[in-house]
Amino acid sequence: MTDPTGSTPLKRTPLRDVHVKAGAKMVPFGGWDMPVQYTGIIDEHRTVRGAVGLFDISHMGEFEVRGPDALTAVQRLCTNDASTLEIGQVQYAALCYPEGGIVDDLTVYRLAPDHFMLVVNASNIEKDWAWVTGHSEGRAQWTNVSDETALLAVQGPKAEGLVARLADRDVTGLGYYHFTRGAVAGVAGLISRTGYTGEDGFELYVPAGQAERLWHALLEAGRGEGIKPIGLGARDTLRLEMKYALYGNDIDQTTNPLEAGLGWVVKPAKGEFIGRAAIEALRARGVGRRLVGFEMAERAVPRHGYRLLAGGAPVGVVTSGSFGPSVERSIGMGYVASPQTAVGTALTVEIRGTLHAARVVKTPFYPSHTKKT
Amino acid sequence: MANVPPDLRYTREHEWAKVEGDRARIGITAFAQEQLGDVVFVELPKVGAKVTAMKTFGVVESVKAVSDLFAPISGEIVEVNALLPKKPELVNSDPYGQGWMLVIRMSDPKEVDGLMSAADYEKLTAGAGH
Repeated sequence: MTDPTGSTPLKRTPLRDVHVKAGAKMVPFGGWDMPVQYTGIIDEHRTVRGAVGLFDISHMGEFEVRGPDALTAVQRLCTNDASTLEIGQVQYAALCYPEGGIVDDLTVYRLAPDHFMLVVNASNIEKDWAWVTGHSEGRAQWTNVSDETALLAVQGPKAEGLVARLADRDVTGLGYYHFTRGAVAGVAGLISRTGYTGEDGFELYVPAGQAERLWHALLEAGRGEGIKPIGLGARDTLRLEMKYALYGNDIDQTTNPLEAGLGWVVKPAKGEFIGRAAIEALRARGVGRRLVGFEMAERAVPRHGYRLLAGGAPVGVVTSGSFGPSVERSIGMGYVASPQTAVGTALTVEIRGTLHAARVVKTPFYPSHTKKT
Repeated sequence: MANVPPDLRYTREHEWAKVEGDRARIGITAFAQEQLGDVVFVELPKVGAKVTAMKTFGVVESVKAVSDLFAPISGEIVEVNALLPKKPELVNSDPYGQGWMLVIRMSDPKEVDGLMSAADYEKLTAGAGH
């Protein structure tokens, strides 16, 4: 088991000491000291699918932008069309380079007509901050509120009942990818019906100083529902079963949204944005490879960087893979050259020098239970 | 504190060996399975294959990690745990019992003397990990 080799000290969320005290196994992730598991990845995964789990994802970054040209700035930076967002609505999008590669994937919250919040990946906070402020236009004022913002995710079929009981307003009517301002267990913040697990649930943005209070209140109140704290290990297996991309694994500067299956968040009709011309040219030309989901015939685990072959010839590379606790088999995703991307295509994965049988399958691997609407 | 049975011998790579006459039963320690987390796949050689002391004989995979398995002792494999392909989690739940991996007919039983005692292994793992 490897030790962090980075020379810079790991960053800590407001809940870091709470995790250590609770006996979590801590690992470096994207420059942060994060809990990878408490009781065990498979047990935590099943807790989220079957009951409710609590995640500390305060390492995520939050930027706010406001001003008369805030919408213009967001539109120029993001691939998706933020003009369609109502106040209280969230949108998934990408930031792209002019060449079409991905700077980051993110969610965009419309807080007010001229006020947005962008939620970015922890490992990309500094890069993204430089990018958005360096490419902003007009009267748009940016604030990096990452350090003062904590983010807790409550995910699973019993999340709604738990959060509804503790909230100071109705949250059961809150639609998927919508949010409201409100307090949970007396802690005021943003209550967002979003997540990264494929289950129904909420993400709660609260002041960093209130995080511990909210964490304990949720664990206490959720005891009857079987709530458990969940580490990043299960967060990864949960998102993999949904084929949600993870920046740094499945998408990065060398991949574009079209081949990553994110064409649905690219809206060239909205007007100019960074990367638009390159992505339009790609769309016209057709992409040479696509991110597919595959399952293994046996238990050997495909992992990031392993080669994918078809008929003995290399056709691509694994970007993410794991044993999927809910599908109970080893699954993965990877970029595969276009003729081999059809569902049912036989592939092999090179694992420690040996070829192991795999097959392209329909995704998500496990059915999504997010709130429909 | 991980459990270290006194009647077994150990390697620095966290395998155990239990001498049964001219044979040795082999597995990984409670400490090792704890460090790995949920085991999802164990890749083992077949009966009849030879293993060499301190050379790799297989691989154990958990959700997060891949780890080589090192033979504590040289010899020929006479039994492989047939439960592990279907139930690799036995390595977590019962590492010294149902989670065993191989039985080897030892080619040089004196190699056992070179393995660590339970007391030494306990010292090795004390304070390590977490």
